Amino acid sequence: MSDENSLKKALSDWEKGPVAKTINRFPEREEEFKTISGIPVKRLYTPLDTQTVDYLQDLGFPGQYPFTRGVQPTMYRGRFWTMRQYSGFATAKETNERFRFLLDQGQTGLSVAFDLPTQIGYDSDNPMSHGEVGKVGVAIDSLADMEVLFDGIPLNKVSTSMTINAPAAVLLAMYIAVAEKQGVPMEKLRGTIQNDILKEYVARGTYIFPPKPSMRLITDIFKFCSENMPLWNTISISGYHIREAGSTAVQELAFTLANGIAYVKAAIEAGLDVDAFASRLSFFFGSHSDFLEEIAKFRAARRLWARIMRERFGARDDKSCRLRFHTQTAGCTLTAQQPDNNIVRVTLQALQAVLGGTNSLHTNSRDEALALPTEESVQIALRTQQIIAYETGVGDTIDPLAGSYYIESLTNEIEECVMKYIEKIDSMGGAPAAIENGYIQSEIHNSAYQFQTAVDAGQRIVVGVNKFIVPEERTIDYLRVDPHVEEEQVARLKKVRETRDNDRVQETLEALKAGAKGDENLVPLILDAVKAYATLGEICDVLRDVFGEYKSPDIL
Amino acid sequence: MNSSKKIRVLIAKPGLDGHDRGAKVVARALRDAGMEVIYTGLRQTPEMIVESALQEDVDCIGLSILSGAHMALFPRVMELLRKEGANDILVVGGGIIPEDDIPELKKAGIAEIFGPGTPLEDIVEYIRTHVKK
Repeated sequence: MSDENSLKKALSDWEKGPVAKTINRFPEREEEFKTISGIPVKRLYTPLDTQTVDYLQDLGFPGQYPFTRGVQPTMYRGRFWTMRQYSGFATAKETNERFRFLLDQGQTGLSVAFDLPTQIGYDSDNPMSHGEVGKVGVAIDSLADMEVLFDGIPLNKVSTSMTINAPAAVLLAMYIAVAEKQGVPMEKLRGTIQNDILKEYVARGTYIFPPKPSMRLITDIFKFCSENMPLWNTISISGYHIREAGSTAVQELAFTLANGIAYVKAAIEAGLDVDAFASRLSFFFGSHSDFLEEIAKFRAARRLWARIMRERFGARDDKSCRLRFHTQTAGCTLTAQQPDNNIVRVTLQALQAVLGGTNSLHTNSRDEALALPTEESVQIALRTQQIIAYETGVGDTIDPLAGSYYIESLTNEIEECVMKYIEKIDSMGGAPAAIENGYIQSEIHNSAYQFQTAVDAGQRIVVGVNKFIVPEERTIDYLRVDPHVEEEQVARLKKVRETRDNDRVQETLEALKAGAKGDENLVPLILDAVKAYATLGEICDVLRDVFGEYKSPDIL
Repeated sequence: MNSSKKIRVLIAKPGLDGHDRGAKVVARALRDAGMEVIYTGLRQTPEMIVESALQEDVDCIGLSILSGAHMALFPRVMELLRKEGANDILVVGGGIIPEDDIPELKKAGIAEIFGPGTPLEDIVEYIRTHVKK
């Protein structure tokens, strides 16, 4: 390589010479180029921008600390990412059919979407549930529904991800109970519960209990799984919803990792050894529209977490330092206008997730800005992943964009910006405090508002929305949930309540109440209640009585 | 309209849906446009929304929902408003609302539905020209 000074001089000559001359005649499109997150983008990146990168310390090898290049030694040469479409609607029966369809189509893992009453711990017959039953996901009231949901699906073969947070312990218990009925012991179960309450307070909204008892439920799960479920991912610390709520890429990483730090701290304070649980933590990010920024973001995320675990928490096991993550293409970038264009957006976002080394992926369907996706749309979305995997060859070598002057420079820059945010959050007392004082919420909201005003002003182009608009009739076919689903589900629930042993239910709920008041691990108690067919609502009501409910400060 | 009196708007999230990016961005745009905006926060029943609207004496209610429960919850808000004799309040909606549902919502009394991609200025302008004062 030429020496630094001659490179600097040559670069400067180029800028003052040919570049200046060209700009004189043809000005560039913008005065200043920036990523979608506002990071300035230079005209050209050269070895001068990556001089500080120490290959062994900062990049290393796949499967080795600091995991910048990937968490497994062979990455997609061994096995492609898990193709996992988030899916669920109506009752357990309909969702079971959709699951079987997806598995038949070559999907390699399941991802359960629950309806909002389930996510907030209400039974389908609760007045608060009216209108919401079976809408954004499947309605689960008791173990009876869970048995139907996984009917004919061998739980020793598939891995299942469940987007469930406040009542995560209840759904995990139901999953364990169903598997047991299939003859599969819990130590063999593979899958993930989202179980990330902190981002519910700031971005997603399905909280139930206040932060303190919520953190206890989470650490109880960490502990229970570290002893009984070695293959289970106990949490999916999620940036996706933070990004969807309007944050920038840097904020997405900063707030997610700050939440991650809070969970690790809580578990250590609850007496767990960091290396006993940290390897089962997993993450979830969005894949937004700035192609190169997102690739750098994923790489920076891995390096940041590795360093946090080793330097801050003293993790000795390399596995504790691995950031494994699921990605979903960004729902907020889908447009209701010219919806077929969304197929192209999803393709690019999926590709950048793969180039960033994702471990599993959900690709959105083209019609999701309009309604729930049809089977045909879901199939196109899954095919998009399969085309990337089987036709493009991008998975044949690991981390193929490493060494790009721009990608490495941007990876460094994102890491630095994220660390500044984390230091600021530390100085407030950590993520829970920064949520309580509204700092994280208002940072996200400011970014969301700035983005929307930039779109409205035409500074940020969204094809089909503020440029290249055509008059169009919306004729797209979409999935409609039958309005009778609610009645059917309520009738099913009534039958469960009539046919179970209600004395046994009362007994298990009393035991849970006593446990919640004390400091016993709640997971085994919840498992007993679930097996007696206590409903999700009944279990959550017991916990509401003891823990109280969270009231959100509504910050505009 | 008397220009000295500010338009008062209640932005509400009916049902259990937690997606409030749109509601908050619209709330801020209306405020920046000189309106007085009250945001209810999440998980509001139609009863709670109507009660807040009457208590705050608003000229307009903006309902935002992305969970698909709009057909159950939007008409219920209208029904309760009529019962309270508050028919003069302009009610608009937004979120993920399939096109086919819009005629029925309008028949129930929702004045306008603003889908994804609507410029903020359109919403501001609509409310300015349609509040009944």
